[in-house]
Parts: sequence; C-alpha cells; structure tokens
Amino acid sequence: MSSVTAPRRSGSTAAGRRLKWWQQLVLQAICIFIAATVLFPVLWIVSMSLDPRNISRPTELNLIPPGASLQAYLQVLDRPTANPVTFAELAFNSLRLAGGVSAFALLIGVSAAYAFSRFKFPGRQFMMIAVLAITVLPSVATIAPLFALLNSIRVSSAIMSIVLILAGLMLLGLTLFAVLPAIRLGSAGPGNYFFGAVGLVISFGLIYGGLAPARSEVFVLRNSLLGVGIAMVSGALPFAIWNLKGYLDTIPKELEEAAIIDGASPNQVFFQIVLPLATPALAVTGFLGFTGGWTEFFLSWQFLTDPKDFTLAMSLYNMTGQYAGQIPWSRFAAFSILLSLPVAIVYLLLQRYIIGGLTLGGVKG
Amino acid sequence: MATTNPELVSPTARATRSALREGWRQLRTPIIYLLPAFVIMMVVTFYPLAFQVWMSFTDYGVIKEEGKQTLNPFGPGGTTPPNYRPAQFVGFKNYLDIITNNPQFVARLGGNFDFWRLLAFNLWWTFSNVGFHVALGIIIAVLLNVEGLWGRKIYRAIYILPMVLPNIVVATVWRNMFDDQYGSINQLINLFITPFGLDPVQIRWFNQIQDPIPGIGLPLSYYAMLIANIWLGWPFMTIVATGALQSIPKEMYEAASIDGATGMQQFWRITLPLLRPAMVPAAMVGIVTTFNLFHVIYFMSGGGPLGRTEIMVTQAFKLINVNQLYGVAAAFSVIIALVLIPIFLITNKISRATESYDV
Repeated sequence: MSSVTAPRRSGSTAAGRRLKWWQQLVLQAICIFIAATVLFPVLWIVSMSLDPRNISRPTELNLIPPGASLQAYLQVLDRPTANPVTFAELAFNSLRLAGGVSAFALLIGVSAAYAFSRFKFPGRQFMMIAVLAITVLPSVATIAPLFALLNSIRVSSAIMSIVLILAGLMLLGLTLFAVLPAIRLGSAGPGNYFFGAVGLVISFGLIYGGLAPARSEVFVLRNSLLGVGIAMVSGALPFAIWNLKGYLDTIPKELEEAAIIDGASPNQVFFQIVLPLATPALAVTGFLGFTGGWTEFFLSWQFLTDPKDFTLAMSLYNMTGQYAGQIPWSRFAAFSILLSLPVAIVYLLLQRYIIGGLTLGGVKG
Repeated sequence: MATTNPELVSPTARATRSALREGWRQLRTPIIYLLPAFVIMMVVTFYPLAFQVWMSFTDYGVIKEEGKQTLNPFGPGGTTPPNYRPAQFVGFKNYLDIITNNPQFVARLGGNFDFWRLLAFNLWWTFSNVGFHVALGIIIAVLLNVEGLWGRKIYRAIYILPMVLPNIVVATVWRNMFDDQYGSINQLINLFITPFGLDPVQIRWFNQIQDPIPGIGLPLSYYAMLIANIWLGWPFMTIVATGALQSIPKEMYEAASIDGATGMQQFWRITLPLLRPAMVPAAMVGIVTTFNLFHVIYFMSGGGPLGRTEIMVTQAFKLINVNQLYGVAAAFSVIIALVLIPIFLITNKISRATESYDV
C-alpha cells in the first residue's frame, strides 16, 4: 500500500512550491520538537549505559556522563542479574526459542498459506476464519490450558533424550530426502535451499538437545524451553499462516498457470515459483515471529524455573522497577540496548517489506 | 454384495465413482499442503482451547486446606501422588464469581478486583490510545508531506525509532523514566521549573492514589502509560497515512485551490476522506493490539494503584501467576474471547466494507 506511488515521492523538486521563511521556521520547530520527544528516551538510555560510575540510580540528566565508557556493557555481558548465568547463555536460550519457533511456524505455515491462497476446497472459509480468530485472541488467554497440559507431560530424562535424538534424525533424513534429489538433478531453487537449511538447523538443534546432559531425573515438558516453544507455536503458527496468505494473495497467478500448462507438478510450482516469489514475505514473517519469540515474556516467566533456561526478556524484567534491587541502572540500560540492537537493525533493513506487510494484513481483514 | 463385478456396475455408479476419483484428485494437493498445519494446530491450538473451556467449569488448581493440590495425576514411577485430586465440576461458578464480583472471590485476589471497572478501563484505555495514535499519525504525516520542508528524510528516519524497538524494552525504559525518585521525567520537569524559583517536584507517577484531574476517575499511572503508549503507537499510523497521502493525486489539490478552497478546507474535504480507506483498517489493527497490550501495563504500572489500571490480559496472567486459580483464569480467558469476538467481527466487517471505497 505504501509503495504504490514511488515515482511521485521525491519531495522538493524544482517544480515544488517553496515555503515562506516563517512557514519553514514554524514547521521546522514542530518537527524538531517531535524528533526531541522521540529521541529523548533513546538518548537517556544510551547515555545511562555509558555511565561508568556504577551508581545505583541516576540523579541528574546529562547527555554524556563524565568519563563515559563501555564498562556497563562488559559487566552485563559477564553477569547481568543475580542469577549465575552469563549474557551469552541467556541470549542463546532466547535465540533457540525465537529461531526455532519462527522457523517451525514458517515451514509449516507457508504450505498451509499456499493451500488457503490458491485452492478451493470444502471448509476453506471456515478454517480461515478459525485461523484469523486465533490471531486476534491474546496469547495470554491460552496460558492456563497450555500450562496444565504441558505440565502433565512428564517422562524420564533418558527417554526424552532418545526421543529428541530420534526426532532430530528423522527430521534430518526427511530434509535430505526432500532436498537432495533436486540438488543432484540441478533443479534446486532458493525454495529448496531455504527448506533444507531450516530443516537442518532444527534437526541439529533437536539432536543437540538430546545429547546435552540431563539436569534432573524427570523431564517436565512445561519446565523446559521445548515446552515454552510448543506453547509459542500455538500462537505463532496461525499468525504466520495469516500473514503469508495475505502476501501470497497479492502474487499474480499467471506465472503458476503458465507453469502448469508447461506440465509442472503442484510441488514444482510451489517450490520453484511460489517460494522464490514469496521470499520477502518469508523474511518478514520469519522476522516478526523471531521478534515475538526474542521478547516473549509471560509464557517463559510462568513456565520456567531453572535459571539455566532463563531468557533475555525474563532477565530484563528482573532488572526493572521493584525487582531491580541494587542492580545499577547503567547495567539495565546496557542490557536493554543489547537486547534491542539485533532486532532493531534487522527491522531497519527489512523496513520497507515489513511496513508493506503490516498494512496489507490490516487491509485484507 | 460383497464383491462387485465391474461389468455389472450400473453406469450411474461408475459415474459417481469416477466423480469421486476426480474430486479426490482435485482435493489431494490442498489436503496435503494443509495437513501439517492442520494437525499441529489441532494439537497445540484448538485442543488447548477446548480444554480451556472445560477447565473454566471446574475448580482446576484450587489450593485445598489439606495441602497444595497437584495438577497432574502422574507421580514418580507411574504412581498417583497422594495430594492429587481431580478437578471438580463447579458449573458456572467461576463465571458468576467474576462478573458479580463475589466478595469472597475478590478478597482472595487481594480485594482490588472489580470486573466491570476492569472492562470499562480496558475499553477506555483502547479507544483513548488509538484515538491519539490516529490523530497524531495523520497530523504528522500531513506535516511531513508538506512540499519544500527541509530535512524530510532525516525526520522520517528518526520518527520510525519507536516502531523499531521491541515493546518490552520500550515499556521497561518508560517505567524507569517515570520513576518517582530517579526517573528522567521528574528530572526534566524540575529542570524547567526550578529556574523559576519553584521547589523540585517528586511526582509519584505509579503510586499516587488521588486522581490528578478530579471528576475523571483515572489515576495518574493511566496518564503516564498513555504518554508512553502514544510515543509507541503514532509512528505506525504516520507510516500508513503517508502511504495513503502519496497516492492522492496532486491535481485534486490544485483544482481545489483554483476553486478558492483554503488549506483547512482541502484538509477536511480532500485529505481526510481519501485517507479513510487506509486509516480505518489500521485503526482496527490498533484497537485489537491495544486492547491486548500486555507489556506496557504489566511492566509500567503493574495494574496499580489498587488494581485500577489493570486490563483483561494482565489480570488473566495474574490469576495464574499470582493466584494459581487455573479454573477461574480459564473462565476469565473465555470472557476475554467473548469481548473480543464483537470487536473482531466489526473489524472484519469494516475493513471489508472499505475495500470498495478505495480510489
């Protein structure tokens, strides 16, 4: 929607009318004021993170604190909260959770989105409304049954390790089976490589999880990152389906029809035509899912008890307000910047596509 | 008639069978493509939702006098733990406790629960926020669209910042900014008022119980969160409005000004009506998002003071996280769904209705 009329964009061309000096002055003043309100929290947090004095609370406003240094960042990387975990461990947990959930939702979601977008079958309308209704429902509202159900799944850790390794091997085999023939034949497109890469990452993740030493005798699914991940898929999958369907609807069907006339099978159409065309949508949906997982709070806060499993978002809450204890705010500031930076940078890179997708999702309600 | 000789099958039956085969051939592909998502959503989404409805009619997770009741019947070694008691059916008790504010139930939650106040606050919170977002979004988009404005690109780059930062970080940062002792907002206010000989203030943004504006029953923490959420929300609306503005042909304004229309008239008669098709769906998205905006409320005021800024989703979380009343929380979530369904239907209807309005 926002990219429809790019040609007319470039503003003050020679033909553009010129503002009177006082108009320019007033408008500039307003714009600068707005920019100041936008930048104020950001500058506050950046300047606080550079404060080397390790004072527990800031008592005055200063843009560049005396003796600015990156000391707070080093402290945060070493041990952000009172729990004996490093920033890297927290980030790795968040990364596994966010990456796993968004990749899984994308993988399963894109084929369902394709079916919704391109085929007519009985019950299509009903199923689409069900998916859309779930995306409107807040994920907090499903926490009670998910907790109860996942909490009742308990197996001995040894069995769990075997299950994880087997699942990983199966997925690995499936991925190779699906991708290798096309690569050997030389007909592999970006779609095949994408699926192959995602499948490989997830299967190695599962095998890694199975090989890691068990922490307790009984494995409670609820009290594990895997359980939190399953609970997150519950909301992330409908979102991915809906978002991707909205995008696939905008891709013209002519290419596919031409391919079918040329004798392409439905699978070839999907892998070699639809998936490459949907790359921006896949990137955006994957990124939005990743951001959701990266900053997910209430499920992990409610489910997890072992500090080894804690995520970045949980630690951020531990550093805020009444929970902060004596943790200096300079560390809170450094921590929130480190937490935001990866998603903020990717957001800026994908900005154009994300905004198109967001408005699209809204328009095609 | 266990076996049928193909030659004896009547032509109509053969036709039916070939039609069935044809039907399967057409349905095969969509079914295969849907199957993984269908199976997974059945297990992790729809089954829990159905389970939730069942839970909402039970006393699931009630802590009994005889000790903490365990939620699962499977103990170590396959035995049933002694403190396991299956959840008992209680009918509509959970729902009635919630909507009638049963005093016993309210006391159990700490005495600050009032369902109808909560619902009213949640709706007011939603509409006041989205109102500001849309109004500011349009005004700033129009401002940035003024031809000949210097530094438009720079402003656009700066103004996108609130969208780029994760919600959870924005909420925690604003929580600390509104801190009564060390927060930058109070420090900023003091920076401006102390030169005039006024005493430095220490506004207790989140704890002051007295309403700042008498007559309007909203605590100070509502205003603090409103400010934070306006900061968070308007850039999205600006982006949507900018996209729509740039698709309005310039000739319309030229024609209007030749006919003698003033800038204000052009804004009300051309700009606003043509922005409507883009803004209505965006506002609808905003309404659903803001209605369920967990992070800002939970991290900033935590529902305080005295539970007066609690919204539905934060209350639902506390019913589990603090009170461990799973059955009640399930009933509460069903009520959330019932409140959201009309909003969802209206959203769906309006956003579709606008499609034909497009220029």
